[in-house]
Amino acid sequence: MRLTLSAIVTALRAHGEHGGVVRLFTREEGLLAAYVRGARGKRLGPVLQPGNDVQAAISARSEQQLAQGQVELTHSRGPLFGEPLPAAAIAWSCALTATALPEGQAYPRLHDALSGLLAAIEAAPSASGWGTSLVRFELLMLAELGFGLDLSECAVTGSSEDLVAVSPRSGRAVSAGAAEPYQGRLLALPPFLRSGESFASWEDVLAGLALSGHFLERDLLTDRAANILPARERLITRLRGAAGLA
Amino acid sequence: MASTELEALTQALSRLPGLGPRSARRAVLHLIKKREGVLEPLLTALAEVNETLSTCSICGNVDTSDPCGICTDTRRDERLLCVVEDVSDLWALDRSRLFPGRFHVLGGRLSALEGIRPEDLAIESLIARIEKGGIDEVVLAMNATLEGQTTAHYLSERLEKFPIRLTQLAHGLPVGGELDYLDEGTLAQALRARRPIA
Repeated sequence: MRLTLSAIVTALRAHGEHGGVVRLFTREEGLLAAYVRGARGKRLGPVLQPGNDVQAAISARSEQQLAQGQVELTHSRGPLFGEPLPAAAIAWSCALTATALPEGQAYPRLHDALSGLLAAIEAAPSASGWGTSLVRFELLMLAELGFGLDLSECAVTGSSEDLVAVSPRSGRAVSAGAAEPYQGRLLALPPFLRSGESFASWEDVLAGLALSGHFLERDLLTDRAANILPARERLITRLRGAAGLA
Repeated sequence: MASTELEALTQALSRLPGLGPRSARRAVLHLIKKREGVLEPLLTALAEVNETLSTCSICGNVDTSDPCGICTDTRRDERLLCVVEDVSDLWALDRSRLFPGRFHVLGGRLSALEGIRPEDLAIESLIARIEKGGIDEVVLAMNATLEGQTTAHYLSERLEKFPIRLTQLAHGLPVGGELDYLDEGTLAQALRARRPIA
């Protein structure tokens, strides 16, 4: 195998004294792991940070062998690490990608969504612009891995109008009338997830994160994968702080 | 062909950072050749360290006494506290002799992928030290990585309620660094942290 492609760095695990195993998310090949010599050295240390875009040359003698990688920085998001909210969002989105996705399977829509989310974080570090992208990215992650929510019609009436809640068990939308008897037991469905708007109120973004968080915890991030959930909690605490809802 | 004992020594040395099987074998040969001058002092030093090695109950440094030499040094400024990720960072800063205060070792950094949470780090003991009073400034000397900076942000949120000056190490151009060879992230940090020259 010999590949040259652009990738997003999602994780780096120390291996040996200066090297590391990097997990790269590519559009064509999905998540790829590769050993990079000198990954934690002076030259490559700043390059192999989660959220950075790189050009990677990956080679392996066989499919079973851990590949060797050479990387060159194409875009750094290092300047955002100094800001609490963007740093937490980059850390969470990259950790989720590195943990939840299987290696070697292409998820082009997820790659585009992560790339778009990182670009949105960069464009608006204050989070007002990328909160909705984050919720959509998490819901897309669930959908791509087989745990998608059905927000197209009411699970009770079949109507596609006035959908305001989601069943925490089935993941299907519920209309206002049908949700009445189950108040307090359903998850709120923020309007931006139906309308496709890019901006939403802080309350709606947090409701969206509560929705996606419930299904991520229940279906995707179980057992060892649940280790990454505290990073999400820290991000949500910061978002609440930024919204003045802490 | 080396004996089992010599082979065991070679294997033990080859597990040390910076040494592989070849260099470990060379080190063993050197120890054998210079038995009195190198092997015996090394054995004595290792035995002494093994007997007295302890983790400082105040700062988390590794030393041969508890509290460690830095915490008991009366010439150091007690009002200055530098928080570092690991003992290696403490030693690196102390080697430079530029920081006159005391240290606190967290024992790692927050890491989503490795599952390291705040309760896994020495954060409560840091807060207890600050609560005791007598500290005017806390310097967060975390690594300039995403995980290091995430830890710094978390600490700054936990420490903001205390009446102390909270500072962080600067990020930017390294001494001897040439602009042409720097990554854009470092350059952006350097530009952001620019200051008047006069």
